[in-house]
Amino acid sequence: MRPSGQPVLRVCNLHKSYAAAGATTVALGGIDLAIDDGSFVAIIGPSGCGKSTLLQLMAGLASPTSGEVLFGTTRVQDPPPDVVYVFQQYTRSLFPWKTVERNVAFGLEHKGTMARAEVAARTREMIGLVGLDGFERHYPWQLSGGMQQRVAIARALACRPAVLLMDEPFSAVDALTRAGLQELLRALWRRLGLTVVFVTHDVDEGVYLSSRVVALTRAPGTVAIDVPIVLPDPRDQIATRALPAYLDYRARLLAQLFADEGLKSVEAA
Amino acid sequence: MTDSAHTDRPAAVPALLSQRPSQLGWSWNTRLIGVAFIGLLLVLWEIAAVKAIFPPMSFPRISAILATWWQLVVSGELPSELLSSLWRMFAGYFIGVALGVALGLLMGYVRFFYNLLEPITEVLRPIPSPAYLPIVILFLGIDDEMKIFMIAFATLFPVLLNTYSGVRSVDPIQLQTARTFGVSGRRLLTRIVLPAASPYIFTGMRVSLAVALIVMVISEMVAASSGIGSFILSAQRGFKIREMFAGVLTLAMLGYILNRLFLLIENRVLAWHYGYTQQRS
Repeated sequence: MRPSGQPVLRVCNLHKSYAAAGATTVALGGIDLAIDDGSFVAIIGPSGCGKSTLLQLMAGLASPTSGEVLFGTTRVQDPPPDVVYVFQQYTRSLFPWKTVERNVAFGLEHKGTMARAEVAARTREMIGLVGLDGFERHYPWQLSGGMQQRVAIARALACRPAVLLMDEPFSAVDALTRAGLQELLRALWRRLGLTVVFVTHDVDEGVYLSSRVVALTRAPGTVAIDVPIVLPDPRDQIATRALPAYLDYRARLLAQLFADEGLKSVEAA
Repeated sequence: MTDSAHTDRPAAVPALLSQRPSQLGWSWNTRLIGVAFIGLLLVLWEIAAVKAIFPPMSFPRISAILATWWQLVVSGELPSELLSSLWRMFAGYFIGVALGVALGLLMGYVRFFYNLLEPITEVLRPIPSPAYLPIVILFLGIDDEMKIFMIAFATLFPVLLNTYSGVRSVDPIQLQTARTFGVSGRRLLTRIVLPAASPYIFTGMRVSLAVALIVMVISEMVAASSGIGSFILSAQRGFKIREMFAGVLTLAMLGYILNRLFLLIENRVLAWHYGYTQQRS
């Protein structure tokens, strides 16, 4: 059933440079990208290639040096209401003075369009969807890392956003927890009809989760290759990762990243 | 799933010198030892007074002071002095705290207010409050207004500076998170910045509580017909030395109780903060 339809987010000739200590660093050197409605797009690239910067520009958390980001037909300057962002640092992004429940309800309360009872019902529903029933009254810091990131996801999705932007959301948790979070995210994406843009430095994660992987070059970042991922749904942590098609995508993307880094096998030399 | 830090109160400070289990079944390494030490000093006081090491006129026995203190409590004299002092103190304290938090938030949040107010803060802050007391008397007289003003003014600065630091140290990720949910402006200030800065604000408020007590006593000593400060001074002038000591004793107890109460409230309000910082460390 997915991906479908029209681009929801469009990135047009986007440049971003930072001035620091007299020198100008060019983070992004002209990126064009259209994110289709309902797609799951992974953005990968070597560290420092500007992939997080790209995501922040999409979220309206920073402004481009030139070029523009369009959400639908409107130009993104401030964070658009239908786009939410999940940070890598869940310990810093969750509000430590609020319980799990209050954190999840945060976005809803500030929209101010829902009655109190509706907010409570939606909050309960989201906490259930991410499997945290029974932890409503806990504080985030009383939970493990994986559980905290679930809270952050529930909070982001409670507002029923059109687009979910995620900046290396699973890179701070252990491998098993990460697999669990990946399954959760896939399930939520399919169920809620979301569009997801997912920044990661992990090629395997990108291929496994996505319907499309965009690899950036080293800074100043530009699009190196743009690969549609066609793998059977639902995906499976063991079976999908053993498919020849999966291994092909993985090899292609890794070859691209390694070539860009000038990386060669030491053993072969 | 691992529940890492599952505490809702700050951990006890680990003892620097590990304690050895006592063979007598009674540990020296508790807070009791400190209470016992105070008891010992009071006994020494009593002995020194009985032996008349200091002029007995100005150094009465502690037992006599305690007896006088009790009489003053029962007769209602001390409680009524205390009440008029406490009313002034808290009136001034809460005005000072409210202004300090408001100005600190403004200065931390809006660059313009920082530039506007920082220099004047740095000029006014170092002046010891007794120095401007005569000026305040010129304008406000010697009644409650003067004392409340004095206390509020002295209370203001520790709260203001701590609130400012608190606002500056709010995690930018928390602010960005709020922004992605469309929260900005005054809402961001009250819903995110204020709670995030509250540990700092509480620190300022605790410092200010001690300051308020000091300024209360000073301003009452300079000009007042009621209050614990004036009670102590007029007792001394009337050679009612036991009464004088009883007044000081009352202030010691008041300071202790206020601080304990404050910590009680702080531990409740900031329970999240202790848990959070423990998790991150």
